[in-house]
Amino acid sequence: MTSVSSSSEFHHQHHFKSADHQYASSKQGIWLFLCTEILMFGGLFVGYLIYHSMYPTVFKNGSETLDWKMGAVNTVVLLVSSFTMAAAINYVQRGLHKIAAIMLALTIACAAAFMVIKYFEYSHKFHVGTVPGKFSLVDPSCGAGGKRAECESKIAALLKNPAELEKNHVSAEEVTRLKAVISQPKWEMFYGFYFVMTGLHGIHVVAGALLIFWIFIKTLRRKVGPEYYTPVEGVGLFWHVVDLVWIYLFPLLYLVG
Amino acid sequence: MSSAHTKTEHGHTDHNYLNHGSGIWSWMTTLDHKRIGLMYFATVATLFLIGGFFALGIRLHLAKFGAEPLLSPDTYNKFMTFHGAIMVFMVIIPGIPAFLGNFVLPIQLGAKDVAFPRLNLASYYIFIAGALIAASSMIFNQVDTGWTFYTPYSTAKTSNGVILLVLGAFTMGFSSILTGLNFIVTTHKLRAPGMTMDRIPLMIWALYSTSIIQILATPILAITLLLIGAEKTLGVGIFDPDLGGDPVLFQHFFWFYSHPAVYIMILPAMGVISELITAFSKKTIFGYRAIAYSSVAIAAVSFLVWGHHMFVSGQSTIAGIVFSIITMFVGVPTAIKLFNWISTMYRGTVTFEAPMLFALGFMFLFTIGGLTGVFLASTGMDVHFHDTYFVVAHFHYVMVGGTLMALMGGIFYWFPKMFGKMTSDLGGRISWVLIFTGFNVTFFPQFVLGAMGMPRRYFDYLPEYTNLNQISTVGSWLIGLGFLVGLITIIHGILKGEKASDNPWGAKTLEWQTSSPPPHENFTTTPTVTAGPYDFR
Repeated sequence: MTSVSSSSEFHHQHHFKSADHQYASSKQGIWLFLCTEILMFGGLFVGYLIYHSMYPTVFKNGSETLDWKMGAVNTVVLLVSSFTMAAAINYVQRGLHKIAAIMLALTIACAAAFMVIKYFEYSHKFHVGTVPGKFSLVDPSCGAGGKRAECESKIAALLKNPAELEKNHVSAEEVTRLKAVISQPKWEMFYGFYFVMTGLHGIHVVAGALLIFWIFIKTLRRKVGPEYYTPVEGVGLFWHVVDLVWIYLFPLLYLVG
Repeated sequence: MSSAHTKTEHGHTDHNYLNHGSGIWSWMTTLDHKRIGLMYFATVATLFLIGGFFALGIRLHLAKFGAEPLLSPDTYNKFMTFHGAIMVFMVIIPGIPAFLGNFVLPIQLGAKDVAFPRLNLASYYIFIAGALIAASSMIFNQVDTGWTFYTPYSTAKTSNGVILLVLGAFTMGFSSILTGLNFIVTTHKLRAPGMTMDRIPLMIWALYSTSIIQILATPILAITLLLIGAEKTLGVGIFDPDLGGDPVLFQHFFWFYSHPAVYIMILPAMGVISELITAFSKKTIFGYRAIAYSSVAIAAVSFLVWGHHMFVSGQSTIAGIVFSIITMFVGVPTAIKLFNWISTMYRGTVTFEAPMLFALGFMFLFTIGGLTGVFLASTGMDVHFHDTYFVVAHFHYVMVGGTLMALMGGIFYWFPKMFGKMTSDLGGRISWVLIFTGFNVTFFPQFVLGAMGMPRRYFDYLPEYTNLNQISTVGSWLIGLGFLVGLITIIHGILKGEKASDNPWGAKTLEWQTSSPPPHENFTTTPTVTAGPYDFR
C-alpha cells in the first residue's frame, strides 16, 4: 500500500489512498445520486406542467382548495430544518458533538412537525373528498366502464349534507371553492398530482428523518467527528434536496393555481 | 471484512480471489467486485434460461406444427410479456455492465475495488429483490401487457399483476442507478498512477458512457413506473384517458428512458468488441479517441431520439421529422466505431479464436440491425413497418445479435482471467456457429414477414406467413442449442479446463498484467501506467 500522506489517524477503506481521497469519492457519489432524485421529481414536474396547460381551470380551482397557510408553515419548518442540519454538519466538523446532536434532534423534530401538519392537511382532504381518482367517488366500483361522469363524487354527497359539513369544519368559503372544483370535468386530475407529488416528497421526508436519526446515533457514539464526517454531510445534502423539492412544490401546488 | 485483508500476500500465485474466503457465506457477503460480478453472471444466466424458455414457447406456438394451437391467446400474451420483460430488464440491461463490467472495470483501471464496495453488494441484492418481485407476478397474477406496459391497457384494463412487475422493474432500475454511480466515481477517482483519461481502455469508456445514461435516464423510468402503480392503486388518471389522462404522455416518458436503455444494452457491448478486435488482431486500435468519444456521443444523442418510437402516435409532423433526423445521427458515431474496428483488423495478425468469432458475429449482425434501423427512422417507411415483424427482427438483430454476441465473446475472452482456466476453443466455436446460423435463420425471415405485413405481438397469422414462421422456429432451436453448447463449454471449462496463463491472448490492457485468477486486491503491487492501453505495434 502507498504511504498515507494525510496526517489524520482516521482509518479509510483499503482501496483509497487517503481519507481525503475517500471523502472526495463519497461526495461525488452522493451528488450523482442526488441528480437522480432531482430527475425523478423532474418527471412529475413535467407532467404537472403539461396537465396544467391542458386543464388550467381544473388546476386553478384545485389549487384554491389547498390550505396555503399550512403549506407556508411547512415551508418555514423545512427551511428551519435545513438550517439546523447545516449547523449540525458544522458542529460535527468542529468536534462539538453535544450541540451537533441537539441540532440533529431539532432537524428530526422539524421533519416530524412537517409530517404532522401534512397529516392534518391530508385527513381534511380525505374527509371532504378532494382525493385522487377512484377514492373521490362515493362508490369506488362506480365508473369502471369509463362512465365516471354518472357517478356521484364524495364532495357532491358531502355538499348535500349540512351536518357533515359542520362536523368536518368546512367553511362557507370552502363550500364555494369545492363547488367550483366539481363544476369542472376531470377535476380529480389535480388531486392525483397533488397526492403523488406530496406523497413521494413525504416518503423522502420520512426516509430523510430516518437517515438523520442514524447519524444522530453516530454522533452520540462519536463515530463521526472533525476527521470523518462524510455520512453527516451526505445525509445533510440529501435533506437539503428534500427541502429544495418542497420549495418548488409549495408555490406550484398552493400558490400558482 | 475488508480491513482484515489489507496486507497482501506477495508472490503466492495460488492465492486468489476465488479461494480468498470459502463457503457460501463468504460469497454472499463478499465486497469483492470480481465475486459480485460472478454472482451477477450466475443470476443473469439463470434468468436468461427462463427468458429463453418463453422465447422457445412463443416460437413453437407460432410454427403451428399441430392442428391445435400450442398456447391459448391469453397464455401467448403472457409468454410474450415475460420473455420481453425478463430479457430486457433482467438479462440484457444488467448483463454486460453488472457482470463483465463489475469484473473488469476496476482491474482495467488498476484499482483495488470499485469506489463503493458495500453499495456494489447492495445493488446486487436490490437487483435480486427486484427480480423476485417481478417474477412473483408470474405466480400470483400474470401480466399480458408486453414489457412496455402501454397505457391505458396496463392501467385501466388488465390485472393487478402489472403492479408487481413495474415494482420489480423499479427496484431493478434502482440497482442499475447505483451500479452506474459506482462506475462513474470509480473511473473518476480510482485510476492507477499514470492512468489518464486518454489511457483508459475502451471498455471503460463504453461503461462510463453507459453509466451516464443509467444515471440520467433511469429516474424517468422510475417515476413512470411509480405513476403506473399510483394509477392502478389510487386511480390518479395521469395516463388513463377515461380519467382525463394522456396515454401518449406515458409513451413519451417510457421511451425517454427506454430508448437510451437500448444504448445501456449496446454501448458496453461495443466496449467488449473494441477489446476483442484489438486483442485478436494484435494491433493497436485504430482511432482510440474516435471510438472513445463516439461512445459519449451515442450517450448524448440517445436522449434526443425517443420520439421515433412514436411516429404513428399522432405526434406532430414537425416532431416526427426532427426525431427522424436526430435518430439518423446515431448512425454517425456507430459507423465511426465500426470503421475503426475494421481498420484495426486491416493488416493485423488476426486469429479466429472463439471470442473473435463472436466479435465478428457482432459486427455482422449489428450492422444489419443498424441499417434496418435507418429504415425505421425514416418516417415514411416506419408507417409501413410500424408494429410489424420487421421491427421485431430489427431489435433482435441489435439487442441479441449485438449484445448477446458481445456478452458471449466477452465471457470466452475474460474466462481465463475469471477462473484461471481455459475453455475449450472448439466448444466455443461450435456454440458460435450454432448461435450465428440459428440467429440468421430465425430473424432474417422476420424482416420478410414484416415487409409482407405480418403484425407483431399477434397470437395468430394468415396462412401465407406459415412457411417463413416455421423456418424461423427451426432457427430458434438452433440458437437454443448454441447457447446450451456455450453453457456446457463454460461449465466444462470451470470444472476441467486447462490451466490458463496470466495473459493467454497476449492482450495489453491492465487486467492481463495480473495473475489469473487475480488476487483479492487485483494486483500485488499497484501498477503504474506509462503508455496507452493497446500498445501492440
